[in-house]
Amino acid sequence: MITVNHYLLLSAILFAIGTFGVLTRKNAIVIFMCIEVMLNSVNLTFIALSRHVGNMDGQIFVFFVMTVAAAEAAVGLALMIAFFRNKESIDTDDFNMLKW
Amino acid sequence: MEAILFYLTATVAILSAFFVTQCRNPVNSALNLITTFLCLAVFYIMLEAPFMAAIQIMVYAGAIMVLIVFVIMLLNLGLAVRTRYRHGLAGGGVLAALTLFVVNYFIRAGEATATGGSVTSEVISSYGHTELIGRAMFVDFLLPFEIASILLLVAIVGAVILSKREV
Repeated sequence: MITVNHYLLLSAILFAIGTFGVLTRKNAIVIFMCIEVMLNSVNLTFIALSRHVGNMDGQIFVFFVMTVAAAEAAVGLALMIAFFRNKESIDTDDFNMLKW
Repeated sequence: MEAILFYLTATVAILSAFFVTQCRNPVNSALNLITTFLCLAVFYIMLEAPFMAAIQIMVYAGAIMVLIVFVIMLLNLGLAVRTRYRHGLAGGGVLAALTLFVVNYFIRAGEATATGGSVTSEVISSYGHTELIGRAMFVDFLLPFEIASILLLVAIVGAVILSKREV
């Protein structure tokens, strides 16, 4: 029997994998994709708990998380293209223009 | 049967999420990420949320991933060089494991309260999941819905401004 705890543990594992990727990778697009994994693990938590407590509000929240993720994808990828045009790289080691 | 499906899909989801973080070629990471999204859509169907599964596939695996793959192709990146510094890897692994343990502790420490709400399996099968979502969104959450549309408009304008050469 699959309980809500299974889903919560699975989303915790996915969130930890996403954290690991964000902290260890240097490529900005891969970091971005790891953030998407983290967002999706939170979505799974929302839907599992929404089903568990018998309330629709969590699923509406997932909708808004998806909206924010879409906006983030548009703006973030535009930022990366603008950065690539200046530096010919999207390695996070090169993102050091504000450092002194 | 449900347990077999759950464990199988969970294994695929975890493995593909892990390969997202480990592939050297960003295109392979993107393909693994699509697999993760599809596995999550299977979970949403198992949780009796078919509308969210459809949205997951269309918006995430469709729209957002097309955008990411498009940018990867546009930038034409080479393979990532293996990093020489291993302490970054160790620090990231330790922090991720710590996250996992803390969340695991919280899951085991408590029970979800306020269970037994109005949305049960019978309600979902008689009304349909899409109708319930639509009612909640356009009656209870109308103002946040409108704000989300403004957010998307701002994102469109921001993306155009950022990627233009001359504003």
